[in-house]
Amino acid sequence: MAILEVDGLKVYFHTRNGIVKAVDDVSFSVDSGETLAIVGESGSGKSVTCYSLLDLLPKPPAKIEGGTALFNGKDLLTCNTAEMREHRCNDIAVIFQDPMTSLNPFLTIGEQLIEPLIYHPNMDQRQGRSAAREKAIALLDEVGIINPENRFDSYPHEFSGGMRQRVMIAMALITEPKLLICDEPTTALDVTIQAQILELIKQLQQTRNVAVIFISHDLGVVAGIADKVIVMCEGTIREAGDTDRVFYRTQDKYTKKLLDAIPEGPKTILNRSDVSDNLVEVSHLKTYFIDQTHVQGGTGDRFIKAVDDISLTIARGEILGLVGESGSGKSTLGRSILQLAPTTAGTVKFQGQTLTGLNPKQLVPWRKKMQMIFQDPYASLNPRMTVFETLSEPLLYHGVATSKNIGHQVRQLMDDVGLAQSQLRKYPHEFSGGQRQRIAIGRAIATKPDFIIADEPVSALDVTIQAQILDLILNLVERHNLTMMFISHDLSVVRYISDRVIIMNRGVIVEQGKTEAVWANPEASYTKNLLAAIPLADPEAERARINNR
Amino acid sequence: MAEPVKDMTKEFEEHGSSLWKDAWIKLRKNHMALFGLSVLVILIFSSLLTPWIAPYSYEAQNLDLGATAPSMAHWLGTDIFGRDMLTRIMYGGRVSLMVGFIATAVALVIGILWGATAGFFGGRIDALMMRIVDILYALPFMIFIVLLMVVFGRNILLLFLAIGAVEWLTMARIVRGQVMALRNLEFVEAANSLGLSQWTIIRRHIIPNTLGPVIVYTTLTIPSVMLLEAFLSFLGLGIQPPESSWGLLINYGVETMEEYPWLLMFPGIALSLTLFALNFLGDGLRDALDPRTSKD
Repeated sequence: MAILEVDGLKVYFHTRNGIVKAVDDVSFSVDSGETLAIVGESGSGKSVTCYSLLDLLPKPPAKIEGGTALFNGKDLLTCNTAEMREHRCNDIAVIFQDPMTSLNPFLTIGEQLIEPLIYHPNMDQRQGRSAAREKAIALLDEVGIINPENRFDSYPHEFSGGMRQRVMIAMALITEPKLLICDEPTTALDVTIQAQILELIKQLQQTRNVAVIFISHDLGVVAGIADKVIVMCEGTIREAGDTDRVFYRTQDKYTKKLLDAIPEGPKTILNRSDVSDNLVEVSHLKTYFIDQTHVQGGTGDRFIKAVDDISLTIARGEILGLVGESGSGKSTLGRSILQLAPTTAGTVKFQGQTLTGLNPKQLVPWRKKMQMIFQDPYASLNPRMTVFETLSEPLLYHGVATSKNIGHQVRQLMDDVGLAQSQLRKYPHEFSGGQRQRIAIGRAIATKPDFIIADEPVSALDVTIQAQILDLILNLVERHNLTMMFISHDLSVVRYISDRVIIMNRGVIVEQGKTEAVWANPEASYTKNLLAAIPLADPEAERARINNR
Repeated sequence: MAEPVKDMTKEFEEHGSSLWKDAWIKLRKNHMALFGLSVLVILIFSSLLTPWIAPYSYEAQNLDLGATAPSMAHWLGTDIFGRDMLTRIMYGGRVSLMVGFIATAVALVIGILWGATAGFFGGRIDALMMRIVDILYALPFMIFIVLLMVVFGRNILLLFLAIGAVEWLTMARIVRGQVMALRNLEFVEAANSLGLSQWTIIRRHIIPNTLGPVIVYTTLTIPSVMLLEAFLSFLGLGIQPPESSWGLLINYGVETMEEYPWLLMFPGIALSLTLFALNFLGDGLRDALDPRTSKD
């Protein structure tokens, strides 16, 4: 018998605007040593499904309307608070998406690790501090923390994102659970780190024979590690089955749509690099920040070299992809080119004019010609401005429109980015992430710029929305004859959209060239590692890769 | 290139949707806030018209009468000198409301501008501006007021100024904290990349987003300013009898609470009513100015 059997689960949210069926008649089962992946876009109910099993939902508004969830024969949905605490302590563990916010910054990781052991609700199962410490150190070793004895007393901020997620995994495993729920555990991580964490989860599962529920929005991520896949949409299961069946003999239309939306293969519309003059020329650009932690010490570097002596050119009409992992300095480079971050040395030329060294007033006419699209559509729009205000600001400020024709111009802009004109008077929070990104793109193209830097514009979006926004960007680049620098950590996206790529690591350029040439023939080992870590939506290839390690 | 358009308010008004217009529409649907607003309007108007509508003179004593309980002739009773309480409360309201609103307005304007500037520019400018705030904080308030009074003589406008000059410090700190969190958000960077001037960014993108805490703090400042005035007057530094303010009336009322409870009760009710009204209006304004709260 399966360790967890969920049957007909229904979770409704009772809001002021009526009932939202977050989970509607969902059934699945997962056995020891088995991995079940629940895949869906945001709002599909995949997280709600799992949180309702552990009674982690806010009630009200959430209410479990029906169904059973048998864990070892006992129903999780009807058990009382004490029993639930017992389950959470002993049987079921959760790994959350963001390892920074799910660790308490004021406690050492060791203290947090041994917490469930030394404060166990059941007195008989409580362990002494030293025994717990030993166990925790062994576990830290197992999840790949180097020098666990010393690291035991470190604080969360002293770890990198990937290491923190390893600590989280250790934390989840310390009570030796029988079921492990992973809620997008790799979404906040770089691609190479993601590959390592996936491998670690897979490996720990095999040695410990736990059941794993793996929640993700990315079919590519789950292909390699899942035995069974459930695809959810709007609270219902759209497709369920063995991984191979779901990937290779897809039955449902929605699943097909998800698979199709994954950016794959080379760019289809090739660049117009027949025009060969350079729009942007960057030479020996350096942007250093003072390292606050080193100022007193006096030893070592006193600067963080975010951008360290970079030279590049961007030809008119091309899309240049800039790839790098977090901390590689790619965003700082973008901001330095646009003169939004103060540069330390070097020059940036735009249309032959040197921008470095100009004062803000002198930059104003150039600002009109270069714009930026930001990553987070939730933070990049002023929450107290309507779409109309947001879009009309650049038009009026740069004198593109007058107060007489502003209404017409803004409506045209809305058409351009695919927003309904009736939404003119709405505020940002009334839009979905994809629509917000359209507004942000509208703001960027409002002044009819020649050059746009897009800083991870699709990273915060669902895969189907991501595909739409990418197509919108390609379309706008074509129609408005734009030149673009596209910054991303996602190699597949960069390959889909850019003519040429630059790979960046620790402030320097590691490799550059035509996109397809780099993909076919990466020279730097760093590039090779990056390319090898891309998750593919192909279970067999993925498994082969994991086994080859 | 055309000259940058400095003031865009007019264009937005023509298209009928701006934060303030939407806020007013939402506020009108909020009954509690409307109630608070009407109470305040009534109070303000009645204190403006007091010299013409007050039933008695505020200094006319009737020592034979002494302290009497509410009656038909004196609706709210009389104090120990036989002065009509209704009249005294109405005149007291003039002083209290004026102190409350003017001193708070002074604190608001200075505090927001100072805090927003310091928080937005950061670095040395911030350090310098906030050290000035710290120094002013450290000055003993009483000595500051006494000095002002000694140098310039007792003067009600000076009182407003002195209180405002102290209250803005906290406002500046609150706004600075908010602005420091806001200035790193992407929409501020987007405004920078549009080339907007720093002042435009502060005015259009930063300040509107700090309004929530500012409004809440304002509704707390007005009553505390009124009580501060009472305290100063009690020490002989503010206004003096026979003039009155709610704070003073309450102070005297406390002394005779056991014999003549109405001397404490009625000024107390007047002050509480104002504070309630302010709080309802403040909450309503905060919600109305936040587009994220639902429109209906």
